[in-house]
Amino acid sequence: MLDTLIQGLLLGGLYALFALGLSLMFGVMRLTNIAHGDFIVLAGFAGVLVAGALGGQAWPAALLVIPIAFGLGWLLQRHLLNRTYGRDPLPSLVVTFGLSIVVQNALLEFLSADPRSLPTGGLSTASFALGQTQVGVLPLAIFCVALGCTAALQWLFARTAVGRAFRAVSDDRSIAELMGLDSMRVYALATAVAFALIALAGVLQAMRTTVAPTDGPQLLIYAFEAVIIGGMGSFWGTLIGALVLGVVQQIGFRFDPGWGIWFGHLVFLAMLVVRPQGLFPKTR
Amino acid sequence: MTAHVVRSTRSSRVALALSLAWLVMAASLPFWGEASWMREFTEMSAYFIFAMMWNLLAGYGGMVSIGQQAFFGLGGYTMVALANLAGIDPFVSIALAALLAGLIAVPVSWVAFRLQGGYFAIGTWVIAEVMRLTVANIDAVGGGSGTSLTAFRGMDRTLREHTTYWVALAAVVATLAGVYLFLRSKQGLALQAIRDSEVAAESQGVAVQRTKLAVYVVAAFGGGLAGALYFVSTLRISPDAAFGINWTAFAIFIVVVGGIGRIEGPIIGATLFWLLNKFFADYGTWYQIGLGLLAIVVAVAFRQGLWGWLQQRTGLTLFPTTRWLQPPAQAASDAAPGQP
Amino acid sequence: MAAAPNLQERPAPAAVIATHGLTASYGDAQALFGIDFQLGENEVVAIIGANGAGKSTFLKCLTGLVPARRESIELHGERIGGLAPNAIVKRGVAMVPEGRRLFPSLSVEENLLMGAFARRPGPWSLERLYALFPILKEKRHHPGTALSGGQQQMVAIGRALMSNPQVLLCDELSLGLAPIVIKEIYDALPAIVAEGMSVVVVEQDVAVAQRVSSRVYCFQEGRVSLVGPSDALSREQISLAYFGV
Repeated sequence: MLDTLIQGLLLGGLYALFALGLSLMFGVMRLTNIAHGDFIVLAGFAGVLVAGALGGQAWPAALLVIPIAFGLGWLLQRHLLNRTYGRDPLPSLVVTFGLSIVVQNALLEFLSADPRSLPTGGLSTASFALGQTQVGVLPLAIFCVALGCTAALQWLFARTAVGRAFRAVSDDRSIAELMGLDSMRVYALATAVAFALIALAGVLQAMRTTVAPTDGPQLLIYAFEAVIIGGMGSFWGTLIGALVLGVVQQIGFRFDPGWGIWFGHLVFLAMLVVRPQGLFPKTR
Repeated sequence: MTAHVVRSTRSSRVALALSLAWLVMAASLPFWGEASWMREFTEMSAYFIFAMMWNLLAGYGGMVSIGQQAFFGLGGYTMVALANLAGIDPFVSIALAALLAGLIAVPVSWVAFRLQGGYFAIGTWVIAEVMRLTVANIDAVGGGSGTSLTAFRGMDRTLREHTTYWVALAAVVATLAGVYLFLRSKQGLALQAIRDSEVAAESQGVAVQRTKLAVYVVAAFGGGLAGALYFVSTLRISPDAAFGINWTAFAIFIVVVGGIGRIEGPIIGATLFWLLNKFFADYGTWYQIGLGLLAIVVAVAFRQGLWGWLQQRTGLTLFPTTRWLQPPAQAASDAAPGQP
Repeated sequence: MAAAPNLQERPAPAAVIATHGLTASYGDAQALFGIDFQLGENEVVAIIGANGAGKSTFLKCLTGLVPARRESIELHGERIGGLAPNAIVKRGVAMVPEGRRLFPSLSVEENLLMGAFARRPGPWSLERLYALFPILKEKRHHPGTALSGGQQQMVAIGRALMSNPQVLLCDELSLGLAPIVIKEIYDALPAIVAEGMSVVVVEQDVAVAQRVSSRVYCFQEGRVSLVGPSDALSREQISLAYFGV
């Protein structure tokens, strides 16, 4: 049982990285990016390609992909997604849905449907014993990165001028503009940060297992379920939601390999029915 | 002198006449057309009905769902189960499947309506995924690899093809007529009021939650109908084919590019989709990329879609759902009043 | 409609803000029908009028929240009509919005710091503000919206002052506040003006408006119906201009 719990928490760490970007974009701009998972996959593939070009090294590839993703996110928001801003949720959903299709098919076209992974030189298989459980080094590292990112985001939002700008623009856009903020630039920055997280998640996913062009939707669903279970409005909530999801899935896997994901869906649906605001909703 | 309330335009009366002519021609197709045309039409009608339902839900009801394939697949599987396992005539099963899909929409709404906006959209997708995974575990309908529709064994092939075609044609006409009449009615007006402003509508006495539920159920019914129809034609069903996101993707394309929130929109969109499919589907991934890019461009730059753009330029309305006030002086002439 | 009775002497030549025939619409509904307005250096000018007269719309035009023709609004002679709000605040026009509109996710101090985003050189800072409104220092880590109405109004004023504007626009400061609180708020006005600020005060309470300002404009249905020195206007003149009867 302890083993399931630990593996679940470690899996949840990765899910948290998937979910933080989604939570960020929704928190600041009420924007739901349906291509979220596909961009994670794209980042994973980018990492694989860059690593291949650099002679197989995983970590330099990761370090390169993240700033590129940051820039891409900024450009995407500034020049495309900002145009979908408004009361009607449809344009942003259609645009991000279209992006999802474009990204998936572009990956299929240029790379083939085969799953690829980032070689880590043994790190992905290294593990140590903790009591009776084998704990993978990479999953543990991912867990720590997730913790770090959550803390960093929380700090960014609560203690910095940028975070204040994010919160202000999300509270009341026109008054924020009255204070001198350019909301379109603030949104671009928010998406840039979200994409940096997406890239980190994608690269780590490629290291931990594999990425395939059609994986995107599934990753989006994990991210989404984590955000809903945890409650919208705080990054720690998203992290907890992801951990819960990871544990629940592991429990499901224990019963039957085909049931893990299904269990996760069930807990998600149950949460929606019983406590739709999630475990740690924002109260203000 | 009183002004008159006018509900049809000259162009809409012309359109009605042309539609009737088209209908007569279409009904006679089995006697002069090829079998492949009938199959193509049946498949296209499934796309079209599904898109009309998505339009009803998103364009009129203000609920953007990317999980309507749940009901499409549910309709298909219910039809197969009833036909294969319960021995009910497949064509009758289509109607029963649609009914069941509509009924299931009620408990689904208890969960789905907890969410709003973008999260509602993804939530409906999760629900569709749950259905897909559940069905993939039911061995009686073939589990993960699906099954074939065996209930037609022994039926004359031409008769099956003709009947399928006529059922599809009837379904398209019924859907169009049903949606059109609904939108012209008091309930339809209430729906559009909700779409424009829920708060304002509620203050006018519109039962917002009940109306949204009604639309959701109707859309599910239509989705189930489309699904059952599709698989009666293709004779083989599997969880991935039935619950695939591509159904919603194509519906979104048809509605958004054709023109959302209008009845003419999906007609134009489906026609365009059929044409693009015919000429470019062989290009596989590039075709899909093209569709995706086109949808993005339209959503950003031409939010009203092709029909909306045309309507703004010409004031043309073929399926008028609004009422115009015609000033007394104009009542004498039969001129179209212009933009609704 | 006859020209608005203008009972003032010729205004000082260097107007800080001047509008010429300002018109504004919300979609198809026109709200302002040609407003001529002047705000002089270090002046406090009040705008009174019934609900829907266009007072808030006028302020929104000045701050860029509602579009206006470029040449219809001038700030020290520079044409600023139609510029984006963040461009206008950088030029030194700050507004205390109607209904306070504090940021619920931010604390009192953070709300004030948001005002400093477009900070210009000037005397106003957190310390000065806390000296002016001591209660805010006490509650500075509380969420902005957890304060009383009057305290929130102080935060909203402080937030506007933090950018060190040259023009302060106040939209219905007294809305929803008890008279004693209203007095407390407006008692702070002289200290603000003494630093060289020019102020426009939009008020529904005519007595308060006359008391705190040197000149009064009255708006009626999107037009200026009266303008004159605050202490020289009679009750009848104001009634006539306010209600149009």
